[in-house]
Amino acid sequence: MTALSSPMHSSASPAAPIAPVIEVRGLRTHFTGETGIIRAVDGVDLHVRAGECLGLVGESGCGKTITALSLVRLVSPPGRIAAGEILYDGRDLVKASEADLLALRGDRISMIFQQPKASLNPVIQIGWQVAELFCHHRGMARRAAWLEAVELLKAVGLPAAERKALAYPHELSGGQAQRVMIAMALALKPRLLIADEPTTALDVTVQAQILHLLRGLCRDFGTALILVTHDLGVVAETADRVAVMYAGQIVETADVVPLFAQPAHPYTRGLLHSMPVQGRRRDRLDAIPGSVPPPGLTMAGCRFAPRCSFAFERCHAEPPPLVGLPDGRQARCWLAIPEPTRSRSHSDDVARPGQPD
Amino acid sequence: MTKATSGKTHRADELVTVSGVSAHFAVRSGLLRRRTGTVKAVDGVDLVIRRGETLGLVGESGCGKTTLARTILGLRPADEGEVVFDGHVISQLPPRDLKPLRRHMQLIFQDPYASLDPHATIGRSIRAGLDIHGIGRAAERSAIVADMMNRVGLDPALADRFPHEFSGGQRQRVGIARALVLNPQLVVCDEPVSALDVSIQSQILNLIKDLQADLGLTYLFVSHNLAVVEHVADRVAVMYLGRIVEIADREALFGAPRHPYTQALLAAVPQPDPTHRRTEAPLAGETPSPDVDYQGCRFRGRCPVAIDRCRTQEPELAGPVNGHRTACWRVADGL
Repeated sequence: MTALSSPMHSSASPAAPIAPVIEVRGLRTHFTGETGIIRAVDGVDLHVRAGECLGLVGESGCGKTITALSLVRLVSPPGRIAAGEILYDGRDLVKASEADLLALRGDRISMIFQQPKASLNPVIQIGWQVAELFCHHRGMARRAAWLEAVELLKAVGLPAAERKALAYPHELSGGQAQRVMIAMALALKPRLLIADEPTTALDVTVQAQILHLLRGLCRDFGTALILVTHDLGVVAETADRVAVMYAGQIVETADVVPLFAQPAHPYTRGLLHSMPVQGRRRDRLDAIPGSVPPPGLTMAGCRFAPRCSFAFERCHAEPPPLVGLPDGRQARCWLAIPEPTRSRSHSDDVARPGQPD
Repeated sequence: MTKATSGKTHRADELVTVSGVSAHFAVRSGLLRRRTGTVKAVDGVDLVIRRGETLGLVGESGCGKTTLARTILGLRPADEGEVVFDGHVISQLPPRDLKPLRRHMQLIFQDPYASLDPHATIGRSIRAGLDIHGIGRAAERSAIVADMMNRVGLDPALADRFPHEFSGGQRQRVGIARALVLNPQLVVCDEPVSALDVSIQSQILNLIKDLQADLGLTYLFVSHNLAVVEHVADRVAVMYLGRIVEIADREALFGAPRHPYTQALLAAVPQPDPTHRRTEAPLAGETPSPDVDYQGCRFRGRCPVAIDRCRTQEPELAGPVNGHRTACWRVADGL
């Protein structure tokens, strides 16, 4: 396993105060359409450290995928990054040249998408698709690159890797194709891996294997992982820290354990309560009424207010800021802001909208 | 609604009785597309759906659950075995004779956008079944449609709108209204919430349960999502490679699963509880291709407790009739 056995970065504990691998400040990605400007990403701040997995979670249309694509400047017209900074290695990627980005993508920063087969070249044997990375970015000879590729495919758990390396993408199952994507994403030991719904198209037993693999790779290489998903179960299983998105904004960030134990934002609470959970069956699910606002809809107040059972006058009039709470948490909710009379030392105080079950 | 009067041997509380049903697909290859093999997508399934219950049918992609559901609905013939619906043997009926029965069995699809005609108003889509089966006069049909729209939580004033004007959750409400407008006995729900967002999914699941209570519906609920199935189903059947490997009441199946595959499947579902993370994936490997002729148990290649007998002899579904049944030699031997 030569490809995976010489990590460039030593494993790092997420709790250690290390500088973020990537830091996003005030990101706005807009799409210009016939009906005006759609603010798909509307002021997002986030960061992720080496060895850490950040879960970026939200429902369809919340802007999580556009945020992920913006990080690597893969948003294509009519979309564009309208404002914000994406700081990577002291550089602002928003201002980076296309040549610089090409050198970074696939090398220091790599991506995995939901549909692995759509992301693989259908007419090139998968072994060569992996080996090409070593040739292109590392200047390796074809023979050496091929051997390295086979080792890597073994390391990501592709069965019969020597034989399968000669296969074309259509000859692979979904799980096998996703393993190849992961092998390609990790081939050059990236510092940052962005995985957009990497297991959504896979069966649940294969999903468990892939998540296990991703976590191990973060731990062993110190790769920073941004895991974009709609599935709170996947987040709970994989992430160290979570950012919840709604209507183009982050509405809550917290470490994974407190987020699930005591969500501070009513939307996070609503999501957790509306999911059927195996082994905790209830006769009725607590549904969030209404539906996600269409992207581009402008609202005076909080974007979640029309669906929120805790909303009061201020919520409809004035948009709440993302405020810092104890324990490094943040929430975008008027109710989450601790009142001056209340103690600021316990997160109980901020979880005012009821208690989880 | 006409009641069936055929005198087949089935119990009165059984709405659907499936006996030894297999569904085969030809594998063709080469320039001339010659038949080179057979995929047994469904292979010798026995199953009963009782009136008024929700039977959950779970399994991973390619296990045959959708093919079995389509065979039960008569949308494809059974290559072996027999499907009895409300006293009628439907697996051998030509389409002409099947039509009067079709209104009693309806289908809710996964993707409400793909399953609605984009050029038809939703009122017209919902009414289509009434038109096809010639039920009521025009005014009555409109009244039935309006009533059904109310029941599924849609404002009847929206009947003149087109599918693209609705959100995913609302479109699934249209799909449900369309299925229920004929007052069917059996509704097959094929992954009805898989395409919906979490916050919308719960609205639709609650609606599906409420409508069952109000209208006395029988559901066959097909899904890969075990948490969803646990929420809606009274009994659950687990499929693997065309066979039912375990069937039991909901509490028994989720509380004390016996088949190693069911156990692994349940353990593989990511739980929304970060304090109980798995340390390793519960099951290695992937579902093998169904075009291989299997000797012995189909799960044995991935089974952590397989023994020699599993290699040579295929286990049958064993256990008390209508009770907790499992197709596993180790369970049969008392493991």
